[in-house]
Amino acid sequence: MTAIPMHSSAPPRRLAGLRSGADYLGTVLRHLAGNPSSAFGLVVILALIVMAAFAPLIATADPYAQDLGAALQPPSWAHFFGTDEVGRDVFSRLVYGARITLTIIALVGVIVGPIGLAVGTVAGYFGGWFDTALMRITDIFLSFPGLILSLAFVAALGAGLENAIVAIALTSWPPIARLARAETLTLRGADYVSAAKMQGASAARIIWKQIVPMCLPSVLTRLTLSLATVILTAAGLGFLGLGAQPPLPEWGAMIAIGRRYMLESWWLVAFPGGAILCVSLAFNLIGDGLRDALDPKQRKGRH
Amino acid sequence: MSDITIEGLTIRLGLGAQARRILDDVSFKVRSGESFGLVGESGSGKSTILKCIGLLLTTWEGRIEIGGQPVREAKRKARCRDVQMVFQDPYGSLHPRHSIRTTLAEPLRIHGLDREAERMERAMVDVGLPVDFLDRYPHELSGGQRQRVAIARALVLEPSVLLLDEPTSALDVSVQAEVLNLLAKLRAERGLTYLLVSHDLAVVDHMCDQFAIMLQGRIVEILDRAAIPGNAAAHPYSRELIGASLAYERAA
Repeated sequence: MTAIPMHSSAPPRRLAGLRSGADYLGTVLRHLAGNPSSAFGLVVILALIVMAAFAPLIATADPYAQDLGAALQPPSWAHFFGTDEVGRDVFSRLVYGARITLTIIALVGVIVGPIGLAVGTVAGYFGGWFDTALMRITDIFLSFPGLILSLAFVAALGAGLENAIVAIALTSWPPIARLARAETLTLRGADYVSAAKMQGASAARIIWKQIVPMCLPSVLTRLTLSLATVILTAAGLGFLGLGAQPPLPEWGAMIAIGRRYMLESWWLVAFPGGAILCVSLAFNLIGDGLRDALDPKQRKGRH
Repeated sequence: MSDITIEGLTIRLGLGAQARRILDDVSFKVRSGESFGLVGESGSGKSTILKCIGLLLTTWEGRIEIGGQPVREAKRKARCRDVQMVFQDPYGSLHPRHSIRTTLAEPLRIHGLDREAERMERAMVDVGLPVDFLDRYPHELSGGQRQRVAIARALVLEPSVLLLDEPTSALDVSVQAEVLNLLAKLRAERGLTYLLVSHDLAVVDHMCDQFAIMLQGRIVEILDRAAIPGNAAAHPYSRELIGASLAYERAA
């Protein structure tokens, strides 16, 4: 018991993908692509992004160009998805509509993720009356159906795409805050958090450096899943005339107008509806895939 | 100077007549450079004392002084540079998503210390780990190696007091001795003051000059290491504990 033997050699390097952020992202993407359902989701989202980015190249006509002589034409080689009541090409409108959908998703995601994460981790870390106050506010938001609350906000703010985004963001952060808080509650007693306290780290530093990295996977998963709901809410607001305003080719608004001609001209409703379904489904599937990819414990259990 | 003085340390849970005392009037002194052990069964309050000293718990009454200064009055950063802790479970005390480099750099950044790379490399060498382990993650290390990293993390701030919360109980028997030897060597080199919590009298015998036996939040008796071999304890509980440990050693 006097000499210190040399350390034993390290165990093999499992999970080498954890080395750097880029590698980690690669591992997660590979996992998503390897699973048929989440691969489908990835393909749909990629298609959405490509459509949004190259809309002028993909669209066969100007989405705003009216041609009353060719109104309500069924799908044909000239108009892949037919034309609407004023003769606009439905396919081109769908392609340009991808931009609006993507804008909503991106903005809501960027607003909601950080807000939910911040509220949840801060409430969970500090606890006490601070936690109670924040969580009761969260409860109030959670106790309304998302669409109804968004409706109320849009009614207060005024109709329009920007206000719809703000309203949707205001209604989608609470579940994420809840999740982040629950994770924080289990993490704040961890020894590495105690060690950081012993080092004199400030509360902000502990939350940012120790707790946030551990919450991120589940928050990311939840965020992806709620983006599916966001798309539906956005389309719902558009349908009710409170989201994107005509003549913007927003998918929900397209369905709202098409509804009047639905029985004779099914294509006015079917194609935008199918697009909403696909994108919303895609986010659900990716969310499921992310849950498996980011949680190694479940990954082991499932394969 | 890093004497530890604890006087009348008490923690109450509950109110009025139903109040339970988790720690009950605990008092002891550790001289600078000495190694002091806390022994007792699970739930006797050993680790709780360490948490009070490190201010991880703040709901205590009484007086805790380090180097003559009450810990509650000391500035946070000065206190943290002086007192560091090594935790029981090396699997839970290292952040799973931080590389060893990040783990060691954090305290240096918090305190704004210079020559980061040099300090980290020295800390790794001091605990007997190769410098290239800095780029590994905790899951790539064995339990003993993790505990060495935890010790390096505690030492990188160059504290004078180290609180050791059962530093070897989560490790393989073969690795326990390595880590204990490392801790003894570091203390000899740097003149550190140790406060070591353990339920293993053999560890305390090996590491400590003096130790206190705890039972239900109270210190039963404070003994010198010399009291172990002949079981010179006065209190019946201490005699029983030491006797059991001696009997176990003879059997082993």
